[in-house]
Amino acid sequence: MIDIKDLSIVFGSGRLRVEAVKGLDFHVEEGEAFGLVGESGSGKSTVLRAICGLAPIARGSISINGNKVTEPRGRQFYSTVQMVFQDPYGSLHPRQTIDRILSEPLSIHGQRDQDLRIVAALEEVGLGPAYRFRYPHQLSGGQRQRVAIARALILNPKIVLLDEPTSALDASVQAEILNLLERLRTERGLTYILVSHDLAVVTHLCRRLLVMRNGEMAELTDSSTLRRGQPASAYTRELIRATQGFARAKALSAVPRRICGKAADPLNSAEHMHSGGKNTRPRSP
Amino acid sequence: MTQRSLLEVEDLRVRFHLRTGLVEAVRGVSFKVGKERLGIVGESGSGKSQTARALLGLTPPPGEVLANRLTFDGIDLLAASRRTLRALRGGRMAMVMQDPKYSLNPVMTLGAQMVETYLAHTRAGIREAKEKALAMLEAVRLRDPERVFSLYPHEASGGMGQRAMIAMMLITDPDFLIADEPTSALDVTVQQEVLRILDALVDERGMGLIFISHDLRLVSSFCDRVLVMYGGKVMEELATGNLSDAQHPYTRGLMNCLPAISGSAHPLPTLERDPEWAR
Ligand SMILES: Nc1ncnc2c1ncn2[C@@H]1O[C@H](COP(=O)(O)OP(=O)(O)OP(=O)(O)O)[C@@H](O)[C@H]1O
Ligand SMILES: Nc1ncnc2c1ncn2[C@@H]1O[C@H](COP(=O)(O)OP(=O)(O)OP(=O)(O)O)[C@@H](O)[C@H]1O
Ligand SMILES: [Mg+2]
Ligand SMILES: [Mg+2]
Repeated sequence: MIDIKDLSIVFGSGRLRVEAVKGLDFHVEEGEAFGLVGESGSGKSTVLRAICGLAPIARGSISINGNKVTEPRGRQFYSTVQMVFQDPYGSLHPRQTIDRILSEPLSIHGQRDQDLRIVAALEEVGLGPAYRFRYPHQLSGGQRQRVAIARALILNPKIVLLDEPTSALDASVQAEILNLLERLRTERGLTYILVSHDLAVVTHLCRRLLVMRNGEMAELTDSSTLRRGQPASAYTRELIRATQGFARAKALSAVPRRICGKAADPLNSAEHMHSGGKNTRPRSP
Repeated sequence: MTQRSLLEVEDLRVRFHLRTGLVEAVRGVSFKVGKERLGIVGESGSGKSQTARALLGLTPPPGEVLANRLTFDGIDLLAASRRTLRALRGGRMAMVMQDPKYSLNPVMTLGAQMVETYLAHTRAGIREAKEKALAMLEAVRLRDPERVFSLYPHEASGGMGQRAMIAMMLITDPDFLIADEPTSALDVTVQQEVLRILDALVDERGMGLIFISHDLRLVSSFCDRVLVMYGGKVMEELATGNLSDAQHPYTRGLMNCLPAISGSAHPLPTLERDPEWAR
Protein backbone atom coordinates (compact mmCIF):
# COMPACT_ATOMS: atom_id res chain seq x y z
CA MET A 1 0.00 0.00 0.00
CA ILE A 2 2.86 2.39 0.83
CA ASP A 3 6.10 1.97 -1.12
CA ILE A 4 9.18 3.98 -0.29
CA LYS A 5 12.15 3.50 -2.62
CA ASP A 6 15.63 4.94 -2.12
CA LEU A 7 14.24 8.00 -0.38
CA SER A 8 16.72 10.78 0.42
CA ILE A 9 15.93 14.13 2.02
CA VAL A 10 18.37 16.98 2.42
CA PHE A 11 17.95 20.18 4.46
CA GLY A 12 20.12 23.29 4.41
CA SER A 13 23.40 23.87 2.67
CA GLY A 14 27.05 24.40 3.51
CA ARG A 15 27.86 23.94 7.17
CA LEU A 16 24.19 23.40 7.99
CA ARG A 17 23.58 20.79 5.29
CA VAL A 18 22.10 17.65 6.71
CA GLU A 19 20.98 14.52 4.91
CA ALA A 20 18.10 13.72 7.25
CA VAL A 21 17.06 10.60 5.32
CA LYS A 22 19.57 8.56 3.28
CA GLY A 23 18.36 6.09 0.69
CA LEU A 24 15.57 4.55 2.76
CA ASP A 25 13.46 1.65 1.41
CA PHE A 26 10.38 0.11 2.95
CA HIS A 27 6.96 -1.23 2.14
CA VAL A 28 3.76 -1.22 4.20
CA GLU A 29 0.97 -3.68 3.38
CA GLU A 30 -2.68 -2.75 3.27
CA GLY A 31 -4.19 -3.06 6.75
CA GLU A 32 -0.77 -3.26 8.38
CA ALA A 33 0.40 -1.34 11.44
CA PHE A 34 4.04 -0.51 10.75
CA GLY A 35 6.36 0.88 13.44
CA LEU A 36 9.11 3.42 12.96
CA VAL A 37 11.53 3.87 15.85
CA GLY A 38 15.00 5.28 16.37
CA GLU A 39 16.90 7.89 18.29
CA SER A 40 15.98 11.55 18.41
CA GLY A 41 16.91 13.29 15.16
CA SER A 42 17.20 10.05 13.18
CA GLY A 43 14.68 11.21 10.56
CA LYS A 44 11.39 9.59 11.62
CA SER A 45 9.23 12.71 11.41
CA THR A 46 10.96 13.70 8.18
CA VAL A 47 9.91 10.41 6.52
CA LEU A 48 6.26 10.94 7.48
CA ARG A 49 6.34 14.57 6.39
CA ALA A 50 7.86 13.56 3.06
CA ILE A 51 4.97 11.16 2.42
CA CYS A 52 2.61 14.12 2.92
CA GLY A 53 4.64 16.35 0.63
CA LEU A 54 6.05 18.47 3.44
CA ALA A 55 9.76 17.71 3.09
CA PRO A 56 12.09 18.31 0.14
CA ILE A 57 12.74 14.98 -1.60
CA ALA A 58 16.25 14.93 -3.02
CA ARG A 59 16.05 11.45 -4.51
CA GLY A 60 13.84 8.39 -4.61
CA SER A 61 10.12 7.78 -4.87
CA ILE A 62 6.95 7.37 -2.81
CA SER A 63 3.98 5.38 -4.08
CA ILE A 64 0.57 4.86 -2.54
CA ASN A 65 -1.50 1.96 -3.88
CA GLY A 66 1.02 1.48 -6.67
CA ASN A 67 0.74 5.07 -7.92
CA LYS A 68 3.52 7.57 -7.52
CA VAL A 69 2.37 10.54 -5.44
CA THR A 70 1.80 13.76 -7.36
CA GLU A 71 3.28 17.20 -6.58
CA PRO A 72 1.43 18.90 -4.98
CA ARG A 73 -0.53 16.15 -3.27
CA GLY A 74 -4.13 17.13 -4.09
CA ARG A 75 -7.49 16.45 -2.52
CA GLN A 76 -7.62 12.78 -3.46
CA PHE A 77 -4.39 12.16 -1.56
CA TYR A 78 -5.68 13.75 1.63
CA SER A 79 -8.89 11.75 1.60
CA THR A 80 -6.66 8.64 1.56
CA VAL A 81 -3.79 9.75 3.79
CA GLN A 82 -3.95 11.79 7.00
CA MET A 83 -1.23 12.66 9.46
CA VAL A 84 -1.03 13.33 13.20
CA PHE A 85 1.91 15.68 13.70
CA GLN A 86 4.37 15.41 16.55
CA ASP A 87 3.67 19.01 17.62
CA PRO A 88 -0.10 19.31 17.86
CA TYR A 89 0.21 22.98 18.79
CA GLY A 90 1.82 23.84 15.49
CA SER A 91 -0.57 21.80 13.40
CA LEU A 92 -3.86 23.18 14.79
CA HIS A 93 -4.94 26.57 13.49
CA PRO A 94 -4.69 28.95 16.48
CA ARG A 95 -7.69 31.09 15.49
CA GLN A 96 -10.09 28.27 14.76
CA THR A 97 -12.28 26.58 17.33
CA ILE A 98 -12.05 22.81 17.66
CA ASP A 99 -15.44 22.69 15.93
CA ARG A 100 -14.09 24.55 12.93
CA ILE A 101 -10.88 22.51 12.87
CA LEU A 102 -12.94 19.32 12.67
CA SER A 103 -15.65 20.58 10.31
CA GLU A 104 -13.30 22.05 7.72
CA PRO A 105 -12.02 18.73 6.34
CA LEU A 106 -15.62 17.46 6.26
CA SER A 107 -16.71 20.50 4.24
CA ILE A 108 -13.78 20.35 1.84
CA HIS A 109 -14.59 16.75 1.05
CA GLY A 110 -18.33 17.47 0.84
CA GLN A 111 -19.35 15.22 3.68
CA ARG A 112 -22.66 15.32 5.52
CA ASP A 113 -23.86 14.83 9.09
CA GLN A 114 -21.13 17.14 10.28
CA ASP A 115 -22.60 17.72 13.74
CA LEU A 116 -22.95 14.07 14.55
CA ARG A 117 -19.52 13.24 13.23
CA ILE A 118 -17.77 15.98 15.17
CA VAL A 119 -19.35 14.94 18.44
CA ALA A 120 -18.55 11.30 17.73
CA ALA A 121 -14.94 12.06 16.75
CA LEU A 122 -14.36 13.97 19.99
CA GLU A 123 -16.05 11.26 22.01
CA GLU A 124 -13.74 8.63 20.47
CA VAL A 125 -10.68 10.41 21.84
CA GLY A 126 -12.27 10.94 25.25
CA LEU A 127 -13.26 14.60 24.89
CA GLY A 128 -16.81 15.59 25.78
CA PRO A 129 -18.89 18.17 23.89
CA ALA A 130 -17.73 20.86 26.36
CA TYR A 131 -14.46 21.10 24.43
CA ARG A 132 -16.06 21.59 21.03
CA PHE A 133 -16.13 25.38 21.01
CA ARG A 134 -12.74 26.01 22.62
CA TYR A 135 -9.62 27.24 20.85
CA PRO A 136 -6.48 25.09 20.80
CA HIS A 137 -4.71 27.31 23.36
CA GLN A 138 -7.61 26.73 25.76
CA LEU A 139 -6.82 23.03 26.01
CA SER A 140 -4.18 21.05 27.89
CA GLY A 141 -1.26 19.51 25.97
CA GLY A 142 -2.79 16.05 25.90
CA GLN A 143 -6.22 17.39 24.93
CA ARG A 144 -4.65 19.13 21.93
CA GLN A 145 -2.92 15.92 20.94
CA ARG A 146 -6.28 14.14 21.03
CA VAL A 147 -7.91 16.82 18.86
CA ALA A 148 -5.14 16.26 16.30
CA ILE A 149 -5.94 12.52 16.33
CA ALA A 150 -9.68 13.21 15.98
CA ARG A 151 -9.02 15.49 13.02
CA ALA A 152 -6.93 12.86 11.25
CA LEU A 153 -9.55 10.16 11.74
CA ILE A 154 -12.71 12.14 11.00
CA LEU A 155 -12.50 11.62 7.22
CA ASN A 156 -12.16 7.85 7.60
CA PRO A 157 -8.82 7.81 5.76
CA LYS A 158 -7.30 4.55 4.48
CA ILE A 159 -3.87 5.47 5.83
CA VAL A 160 -2.86 7.44 8.93
CA LEU A 161 0.68 8.57 9.66
CA LEU A 162 1.01 8.87 13.43
CA ASP A 163 3.96 10.82 14.82
CA GLU A 164 4.26 10.18 18.57
CA PRO A 165 0.45 10.26 18.95
CA THR A 166 0.36 9.43 22.67
CA SER A 167 3.54 11.11 23.93
CA ALA A 168 1.57 13.64 26.04
CA LEU A 169 -1.02 11.23 27.42
CA ASP A 170 -1.20 9.48 30.77
CA ALA A 171 -1.45 5.68 30.72
CA SER A 172 -5.24 5.58 31.04
CA VAL A 173 -5.95 7.87 28.10
CA GLN A 174 -3.11 6.33 26.09
CA ALA A 175 -4.70 2.90 26.49
CA GLU A 176 -7.98 4.25 25.12
CA ILE A 177 -6.26 5.75 22.07
CA LEU A 178 -4.21 2.61 21.39
CA ASN A 179 -7.37 0.50 21.62
CA LEU A 180 -9.12 2.87 19.21
CA LEU A 181 -6.29 2.58 16.69
CA GLU A 182 -6.26 -1.18 16.94
CA ARG A 183 -10.02 -1.39 16.52
CA LEU A 184 -9.96 0.81 13.42
CA ARG A 185 -7.37 -1.47 11.88
CA THR A 186 -9.20 -4.72 12.57
CA GLU A 187 -12.68 -3.36 11.78
CA ARG A 188 -12.01 -0.96 8.93
CA GLY A 189 -8.67 -2.17 7.61
CA LEU A 190 -6.93 1.10 8.49
CA THR A 191 -3.24 1.11 7.53
CA TYR A 192 -0.81 3.09 9.61
CA ILE A 193 2.77 4.02 10.27
CA LEU A 194 3.37 4.67 13.94
CA VAL A 195 6.37 6.63 15.18
CA SER A 196 7.06 6.35 18.89
CA HIS A 197 10.04 6.38 21.19
CA ASP A 198 8.14 4.02 23.46
CA LEU A 199 9.04 0.50 22.32
CA ALA A 200 6.23 -1.00 24.39
CA VAL A 201 3.66 1.10 22.52
CA VAL A 202 5.12 0.17 19.13
CA THR A 203 5.33 -3.54 19.83
CA HIS A 204 1.80 -3.51 21.22
CA LEU A 205 0.32 -2.22 17.94
CA CYS A 206 2.81 -3.17 15.22
CA ARG A 207 4.07 -6.53 14.07
CA ARG A 208 6.86 -5.21 11.85
CA LEU A 209 9.03 -2.26 12.70
CA LEU A 210 11.86 -0.37 11.14
CA VAL A 211 14.64 0.96 13.33
CA MET A 212 16.25 4.13 12.00
CA ARG A 213 19.59 5.53 12.89
CA ASN A 214 21.12 8.67 11.48
CA GLY A 215 18.74 8.78 8.51
CA GLU A 216 19.32 5.16 7.55
CA MET A 217 17.71 1.83 8.26
CA ALA A 218 19.45 0.17 11.20
CA GLU A 219 17.24 -2.90 10.84
CA LEU A 220 13.84 -4.20 9.94
CA THR A 221 12.57 -6.40 12.73
CA ASP A 222 9.34 -7.59 14.31
CA SER A 223 7.68 -7.39 17.69
CA SER A 224 8.22 -11.04 18.58
CA THR A 225 11.97 -10.71 18.00
CA LEU A 226 12.01 -7.71 20.32
CA ARG A 227 9.90 -9.57 22.84
CA ARG A 228 12.51 -12.31 22.90
CA GLY A 229 15.17 -9.61 23.22
CA GLN A 230 17.01 -10.76 20.09
CA PRO A 231 17.17 -7.95 17.54
CA ALA A 232 20.00 -8.19 15.00
CA SER A 233 21.57 -4.76 15.24
CA ALA A 234 23.62 -3.56 18.18
CA TYR A 235 21.70 -0.31 18.16
CA THR A 236 18.33 -1.99 18.71
CA ARG A 237 19.79 -4.11 21.48
CA GLU A 238 21.02 -0.90 23.05
CA LEU A 239 17.50 0.55 22.85
CA ILE A 240 15.99 -2.47 24.58
CA ARG A 241 18.77 -2.58 27.12
CA ALA A 242 18.12 1.05 27.96
CA THR A 243 14.48 0.21 28.61
CA GLN A 244 15.57 -2.50 31.00
CA GLY A 245 18.27 -0.24 32.40
CA PHE A 246 15.63 2.21 33.36
CA ALA A 247 13.81 -0.43 35.34
CA ARG A 248 17.10 -1.24 37.01
CA ALA A 249 17.86 2.38 37.73
CA LYS A 250 14.55 2.39 39.52
CA ALA A 251 15.72 -0.33 41.83
CA LEU A 252 18.97 1.56 42.32
CA SER A 253 17.24 4.71 43.44
CA ALA A 254 16.27 2.99 46.66
CA VAL A 255 20.01 2.74 47.38
CA PRO A 256 21.84 6.04 48.13
CA ARG A 257 21.05 8.67 45.56
CA ARG A 258 24.51 10.11 45.15
CA ILE A 259 25.38 8.44 41.89
CA CYS A 260 27.01 11.57 40.59
CA GLY A 261 30.40 13.06 41.30
CA LYS A 262 31.17 15.95 43.59
CA ALA A 263 31.71 18.54 40.90
CA ALA A 264 29.89 21.75 41.72
CA ASP A 265 29.44 22.69 38.10
CA PRO A 266 26.49 20.88 36.57
CA LEU A 267 28.24 20.78 33.22
CA ASN A 268 31.28 19.04 34.59
CA SER A 269 29.22 16.61 36.50
CA ALA A 270 27.11 15.96 33.44
CA GLU A 271 30.22 15.10 31.47
CA HIS A 272 31.51 13.03 34.28
CA MET A 273 28.29 11.10 34.19
CA HIS A 274 28.36 10.51 30.47
CA SER A 275 31.37 8.30 30.66
CA GLY A 276 30.27 6.89 33.99
CA GLY A 277 26.86 6.15 32.56
CA LYS A 278 28.22 4.20 29.64
CA ASN A 279 30.55 2.05 31.67
CA THR A 280 28.18 1.34 34.45
CA ARG A 281 25.11 0.71 32.36
CA PRO A 282 24.13 -2.83 33.19
CA ARG A 283 24.70 -5.35 30.40
CA SER A 284 21.82 -7.52 29.42
CA PRO A 285 22.42 -11.18 30.05
CA MET B 1 11.80 17.77 54.44
CA THR B 2 12.64 19.63 57.58
CA GLN B 3 14.51 22.42 55.83
CA ARG B 4 12.81 25.64 54.88
CA SER B 5 10.57 25.47 51.86
CA LEU B 6 11.53 27.44 48.79
CA LEU B 7 8.02 27.47 47.46
CA GLU B 8 4.77 27.43 49.39
CA VAL B 9 1.40 27.00 47.79
CA GLU B 10 -1.84 27.04 49.76
CA ASP B 11 -5.28 26.54 48.27
CA LEU B 12 -4.36 27.52 44.72
CA ARG B 13 -7.27 27.95 42.31
CA VAL B 14 -7.16 28.77 38.61
CA ARG B 15 -10.34 29.48 36.69
CA PHE B 16 -11.29 30.65 33.24
CA HIS B 17 -14.55 32.44 32.57
CA LEU B 18 -15.23 31.45 28.99
CA ARG B 19 -18.26 32.43 26.95
CA THR B 20 -19.22 28.79 26.99
CA GLY B 21 -19.01 28.59 30.79
CA LEU B 22 -16.67 28.47 33.75
CA VAL B 23 -13.62 26.17 33.57
CA GLU B 24 -12.10 25.34 36.93
CA ALA B 25 -8.66 24.15 35.89
CA VAL B 26 -7.14 24.02 39.40
CA ARG B 27 -9.42 23.61 42.42
CA GLY B 28 -7.60 24.15 45.70
CA VAL B 29 -4.09 22.72 45.50
CA SER B 30 -1.60 23.01 48.40
CA PHE B 31 2.01 21.89 48.66
CA LYS B 32 5.50 22.99 49.70
CA VAL B 33 8.77 22.36 47.90
CA GLY B 34 12.28 22.64 49.31
CA LYS B 35 15.61 21.75 47.72
CA GLU B 36 14.18 18.53 46.43
CA ARG B 37 12.41 16.83 43.54
CA LEU B 38 8.64 17.09 43.69
CA GLY B 39 6.83 15.13 41.00
CA ILE B 40 3.35 15.92 39.73
CA VAL B 41 1.51 13.29 37.72
CA GLY B 42 -2.09 13.06 36.71
CA GLU B 43 -4.59 12.58 33.98
CA SER B 44 -4.49 14.61 30.80
CA GLY B 45 -6.32 17.85 31.62
CA SER B 46 -6.06 17.44 35.40
CA GLY B 47 -4.45 20.87 35.94
CA LYS B 48 -0.72 20.12 36.09
CA SER B 49 0.41 22.75 33.59
CA GLN B 50 -1.99 25.39 34.88
CA THR B 51 -0.72 24.84 38.42
CA ALA B 52 2.84 25.36 37.17
CA ARG B 53 2.03 28.42 35.13
CA ALA B 54 0.23 30.08 38.03
CA LEU B 55 3.38 29.77 40.14
CA LEU B 56 5.30 31.85 37.62
CA GLY B 57 2.53 34.34 36.93
CA LEU B 58 2.09 32.87 33.45
CA THR B 59 -1.62 32.09 33.59
CA PRO B 60 -3.00 33.06 30.17
CA PRO B 61 -5.76 35.68 30.09
CA PRO B 62 -8.60 35.68 31.00
CA GLY B 63 -7.49 33.20 33.66
CA GLU B 64 -7.99 34.12 37.29
CA VAL B 65 -5.61 32.95 40.02
CA LEU B 66 -6.63 32.77 43.67
CA ALA B 67 -4.64 31.43 46.60
CA ASN B 68 -4.34 31.82 50.34
CA ARG B 69 -0.61 31.79 49.96
CA LEU B 70 1.85 31.67 47.08
CA THR B 71 5.43 32.45 48.08
CA PHE B 72 8.87 31.84 46.64
CA ASP B 73 11.75 32.25 49.09
CA GLY B 74 9.59 34.50 51.21
CA ILE B 75 8.48 36.67 48.27
CA ASP B 76 4.70 36.92 47.95
CA LEU B 77 4.13 36.04 44.31
CA LEU B 78 0.53 37.21 44.29
CA ALA B 79 1.43 40.69 45.50
CA ALA B 80 4.70 41.00 43.56
CA SER B 81 4.93 43.61 40.83
CA ARG B 82 5.20 42.50 37.23
CA ARG B 83 8.76 43.72 37.27
CA THR B 84 9.70 41.55 40.22
CA LEU B 85 8.02 38.57 38.59
CA ARG B 86 9.81 39.18 35.32
CA ALA B 87 13.16 39.40 37.08
CA LEU B 88 12.47 36.16 38.94
CA ARG B 89 11.38 34.34 35.82
CA GLY B 90 14.24 33.10 33.71
CA GLY B 91 16.62 34.14 36.49
CA ARG B 92 16.01 32.50 39.85
CA MET B 93 12.94 30.60 38.68
CA ALA B 94 12.71 28.93 35.29
CA MET B 95 10.17 26.79 33.53
CA VAL B 96 10.56 24.25 30.76
CA MET B 97 7.27 24.47 28.86
CA GLN B 98 5.28 21.50 27.68
CA ASP B 99 5.29 22.57 24.00
CA PRO B 100 8.90 23.77 23.78
CA LYS B 101 9.00 24.52 20.07
CA TYR B 102 5.98 26.79 20.36
CA SER B 103 7.00 28.63 23.46
CA LEU B 104 10.30 29.62 21.84
CA ASN B 105 10.75 32.61 19.57
CA PRO B 106 10.15 31.30 16.03
CA VAL B 107 12.26 33.94 14.27
CA MET B 108 15.38 33.58 16.39
CA THR B 109 17.84 30.68 16.29
CA LEU B 110 18.02 28.44 19.33
CA GLY B 111 21.56 29.60 20.03
CA ALA B 112 20.74 33.29 19.81
CA GLN B 113 17.91 32.78 22.29
CA MET B 114 20.23 31.05 24.72
CA VAL B 115 22.84 33.77 24.42
CA GLU B 116 20.20 36.45 24.94
CA THR B 117 18.86 34.75 28.07
CA TYR B 118 22.34 34.38 29.48
CA LEU B 119 23.30 37.99 28.82
CA ALA B 120 20.06 39.24 30.37
CA HIS B 121 20.78 37.53 33.66
CA THR B 122 24.57 37.68 34.00
CA ARG B 123 27.32 40.19 33.31
CA ALA B 124 29.10 37.93 30.86
CA GLY B 125 30.28 38.90 27.38
CA ILE B 126 28.99 37.43 24.12
CA ARG B 127 31.89 35.07 23.72
CA GLU B 128 31.44 33.54 27.14
CA ALA B 129 27.67 33.32 26.60
CA LYS B 130 28.17 31.45 23.37
CA GLU B 131 30.61 29.02 24.94
CA LYS B 132 28.26 28.41 27.82
CA ALA B 133 25.35 27.83 25.41
CA LEU B 134 27.33 25.29 23.38
CA ALA B 135 28.43 23.52 26.54
CA MET B 136 24.83 23.28 27.74
CA LEU B 137 23.68 21.90 24.37
CA GLU B 138 26.40 19.31 24.57
CA ALA B 139 25.47 18.42 28.15
CA VAL B 140 21.93 17.48 27.07
CA ARG B 141 23.55 15.07 24.62
CA LEU B 142 22.80 16.88 21.40
CA ARG B 143 24.98 15.30 18.76
CA ASP B 144 26.07 18.36 16.87
CA PRO B 145 25.76 21.33 19.27
CA GLU B 146 27.16 23.79 16.71
CA ARG B 147 24.47 22.91 14.21
CA VAL B 148 21.65 22.92 16.78
CA PHE B 149 22.87 26.34 17.95
CA SER B 150 22.22 27.69 14.44
CA LEU B 151 18.77 26.12 13.93
CA TYR B 152 15.43 27.87 14.16
CA PRO B 153 12.92 26.11 16.43
CA HIS B 154 10.94 24.61 13.52
CA GLU B 155 14.11 23.10 12.08
CA ALA B 156 14.80 21.02 15.17
CA SER B 157 13.28 17.58 15.65
CA GLY B 158 10.87 17.07 18.57
CA GLY B 159 13.51 15.73 20.90
CA MET B 160 16.10 18.29 19.81
CA GLY B 161 13.70 21.15 20.60
CA GLN B 162 12.93 19.70 23.99
CA ARG B 163 16.59 19.37 24.91
CA ALA B 164 17.39 22.84 23.62
CA MET B 165 14.66 24.26 25.85
CA ILE B 166 16.06 22.44 28.88
CA ALA B 167 19.53 23.75 28.08
CA MET B 168 18.12 27.25 27.73
CA MET B 169 16.39 27.15 31.10
CA LEU B 170 19.41 25.79 32.92
CA ILE B 171 21.85 28.30 31.47
CA THR B 172 21.07 30.90 34.15
CA ASP B 173 21.58 28.43 37.02
CA PRO B 174 18.06 28.88 38.44
CA ASP B 175 17.34 28.18 42.14
CA PHE B 176 14.04 26.68 41.17
CA LEU B 177 13.07 24.81 38.03
CA ILE B 178 9.61 23.76 36.93
CA ALA B 179 9.87 21.21 34.15
CA ASP B 180 6.58 20.41 32.38
CA GLU B 181 6.87 17.07 30.55
CA PRO B 182 10.54 17.79 29.81
CA THR B 183 11.42 14.37 28.44
CA SER B 184 8.22 13.24 26.69
CA ALA B 185 9.88 13.30 23.24
CA LEU B 186 13.08 11.53 24.28
CA ASP B 187 13.90 7.88 24.18
CA VAL B 188 15.06 6.19 27.35
CA THR B 189 18.81 6.54 26.80
CA VAL B 190 18.71 10.30 26.35
CA GLN B 191 16.01 10.70 28.98
CA GLN B 192 18.36 9.13 31.53
CA GLU B 193 21.09 11.66 30.75
CA VAL B 194 18.73 14.59 31.12
CA LEU B 195 17.43 13.26 34.42
CA ARG B 196 20.98 12.86 35.71
CA ILE B 197 21.70 16.50 34.97
CA LEU B 198 18.60 17.60 36.90
CA ASP B 199 19.45 15.20 39.67
CA ALA B 200 22.93 16.66 40.04
CA LEU B 201 21.55 20.20 40.14
CA VAL B 202 19.25 19.29 43.02
CA ASP B 203 21.85 17.31 44.96
CA GLU B 204 24.83 19.52 44.41
CA ARG B 205 23.52 23.00 43.88
CA GLY B 206 20.43 22.71 46.04
CA MET B 207 18.04 23.57 43.26
CA GLY B 208 14.32 23.01 43.91
CA LEU B 209 12.57 21.03 41.18
CA ILE B 210 8.97 20.43 40.21
CA PHE B 211 8.88 17.67 37.64
CA ILE B 212 5.58 17.30 35.80
CA SER B 213 4.97 14.17 33.79
CA HIS B 214 2.21 11.82 32.77
CA ASP B 215 4.62 8.94 33.31
CA LEU B 216 3.96 7.62 36.80
CA ARG B 217 6.71 5.03 36.65
CA LEU B 218 9.31 7.60 35.64
CA VAL B 219 8.25 10.18 38.21
CA SER B 220 8.05 7.78 41.10
CA SER B 221 11.54 6.47 40.40
CA PHE B 222 13.05 9.92 39.99
CA CYS B 223 11.32 12.21 42.51
CA ASP B 224 11.43 12.40 46.28
CA ARG B 225 7.67 12.86 46.55
CA VAL B 226 4.87 12.64 44.02
CA LEU B 227 1.53 14.44 43.94
CA VAL B 228 -1.19 12.70 41.96
CA MET B 229 -3.70 15.11 40.40
CA TYR B 230 -7.14 14.41 39.04
CA GLY B 231 -9.84 16.88 38.04
CA GLY B 232 -7.95 19.95 39.29
CA LYS B 233 -7.20 18.53 42.74
CA VAL B 234 -4.45 16.58 44.44
CA MET B 235 -5.77 13.09 45.09
CA GLU B 236 -2.83 11.77 47.07
CA GLU B 237 0.87 12.12 47.79
CA LEU B 238 3.26 9.21 47.36
CA ALA B 239 6.77 8.75 48.71
CA THR B 240 9.56 7.73 46.31
CA GLY B 241 9.14 4.45 44.54
CA ASN B 242 6.19 3.43 46.67
CA LEU B 243 3.77 2.87 43.84
CA SER B 244 2.38 -0.15 45.58
CA ASP B 245 1.30 2.08 48.48
CA ALA B 246 -0.98 4.10 46.22
CA GLN B 247 -4.48 4.29 47.68
CA HIS B 248 -6.44 6.17 45.08
CA PRO B 249 -8.15 4.01 42.45
CA TYR B 250 -6.92 6.33 39.66
CA THR B 251 -3.29 5.80 40.67
CA ARG B 252 -3.78 2.11 41.30
CA GLY B 253 -5.47 1.58 37.97
CA LEU B 254 -2.85 3.42 35.92
CA MET B 255 -0.15 0.76 35.84
CA ASN B 256 -2.55 -1.84 34.43
CA CYS B 257 -3.17 0.33 31.38
CA LEU B 258 0.48 0.34 30.28
CA PRO B 259 1.55 -1.92 27.44
CA ALA B 260 4.76 -3.91 28.01
CA ILE B 261 7.42 -5.06 25.55
CA SER B 262 6.99 -8.56 26.93
CA GLY B 263 3.39 -8.52 25.68
CA SER B 264 0.07 -7.19 26.94
CA ALA B 265 -3.66 -7.79 26.66
CA HIS B 266 -5.54 -6.80 23.49
CA PRO B 267 -7.40 -4.51 23.97
CA LEU B 268 -5.50 -2.91 26.84
CA PRO B 269 -7.36 -2.57 30.14
CA THR B 270 -8.80 0.93 30.62
CA LEU B 271 -9.92 2.85 33.68
CA GLU B 272 -13.48 3.06 34.87
CA ARG B 273 -13.60 6.67 36.04
CA ASP B 274 -15.85 7.29 38.98
CA PRO B 275 -17.52 10.75 38.87
CA GLU B 276 -16.96 10.81 42.65
CA TRP B 277 -13.19 11.28 42.05
CA ALA B 278 -13.80 14.72 40.59
CA ARG B 279 -16.02 15.90 43.44
N1 LIG C 1 13.02 22.24 8.17
C1 LIG C 1 14.22 21.74 8.52
N2 LIG C 1 15.35 22.45 8.30
C2 LIG C 1 16.56 21.96 8.66
N3 LIG C 1 16.74 20.78 9.23
C3 LIG C 1 15.66 20.02 9.47
C4 LIG C 1 14.34 20.46 9.14
N4 LIG C 1 13.46 19.50 9.51
C5 LIG C 1 14.20 18.51 10.05
N5 LIG C 1 15.52 18.81 10.02
C6 LIG C 1 16.63 17.98 10.52
O1 LIG C 1 16.46 16.64 10.09
C7 LIG C 1 16.93 15.73 11.09
C8 LIG C 1 15.85 14.70 11.36
O2 LIG C 1 14.76 15.33 12.01
P1 LIG C 1 13.41 14.56 12.37
O3 LIG C 1 12.48 15.59 12.88
O4 LIG C 1 12.98 13.74 11.22
O5 LIG C 1 13.91 13.60 13.54
P2 LIG C 1 13.06 12.56 14.41
O6 LIG C 1 13.62 11.20 14.14
O7 LIG C 1 11.62 12.75 14.18
O8 LIG C 1 13.50 12.97 15.89
P3 LIG C 1 12.61 13.16 17.23
O9 LIG C 1 12.44 11.79 17.80
O10 LIG C 1 13.51 14.00 18.11
O11 LIG C 1 11.34 13.84 16.87
C9 LIG C 1 17.30 16.60 12.30
O12 LIG C 1 18.69 16.75 12.30
C10 LIG C 1 16.63 17.93 12.04
O13 LIG C 1 17.33 19.02 12.59
N1 LIG D 1 -6.65 29.01 28.48
C1 LIG D 1 -7.55 28.15 28.95
N2 LIG D 1 -8.86 28.45 28.95
C2 LIG D 1 -9.78 27.59 29.42
N3 LIG D 1 -9.49 26.35 29.89
C3 LIG D 1 -8.22 25.98 29.91
C4 LIG D 1 -7.18 26.85 29.44
N4 LIG D 1 -6.00 26.20 29.57
C5 LIG D 1 -6.29 24.99 30.09
N5 LIG D 1 -7.62 24.86 30.30
C6 LIG D 1 -8.31 23.68 30.86
O1 LIG D 1 -7.83 23.50 32.18
C7 LIG D 1 -7.69 22.10 32.49
C8 LIG D 1 -6.29 21.86 33.02
O2 LIG D 1 -5.34 22.09 31.98
P1 LIG D 1 -3.80 21.79 32.15
O3 LIG D 1 -3.13 22.29 30.93
O4 LIG D 1 -3.32 22.28 33.45
O5 LIG D 1 -3.82 20.18 32.15
P2 LIG D 1 -2.60 19.17 32.31
O6 LIG D 1 -2.78 18.43 33.58
O7 LIG D 1 -1.32 19.88 32.11
O8 LIG D 1 -2.90 18.13 31.12
P3 LIG D 1 -1.91 17.48 30.02
O9 LIG D 1 -1.26 16.32 30.69
O10 LIG D 1 -2.87 16.99 28.96
O11 LIG D 1 -0.98 18.53 29.53
C9 LIG D 1 -8.00 21.35 31.20
O12 LIG D 1 -9.27 20.76 31.28
C10 LIG D 1 -7.97 22.41 30.12
O13 LIG D 1 -8.94 22.15 29.12
MG1 LIG E 1 10.10 13.59 15.34
MG1 LIG F 1 0.06 19.93 30.59
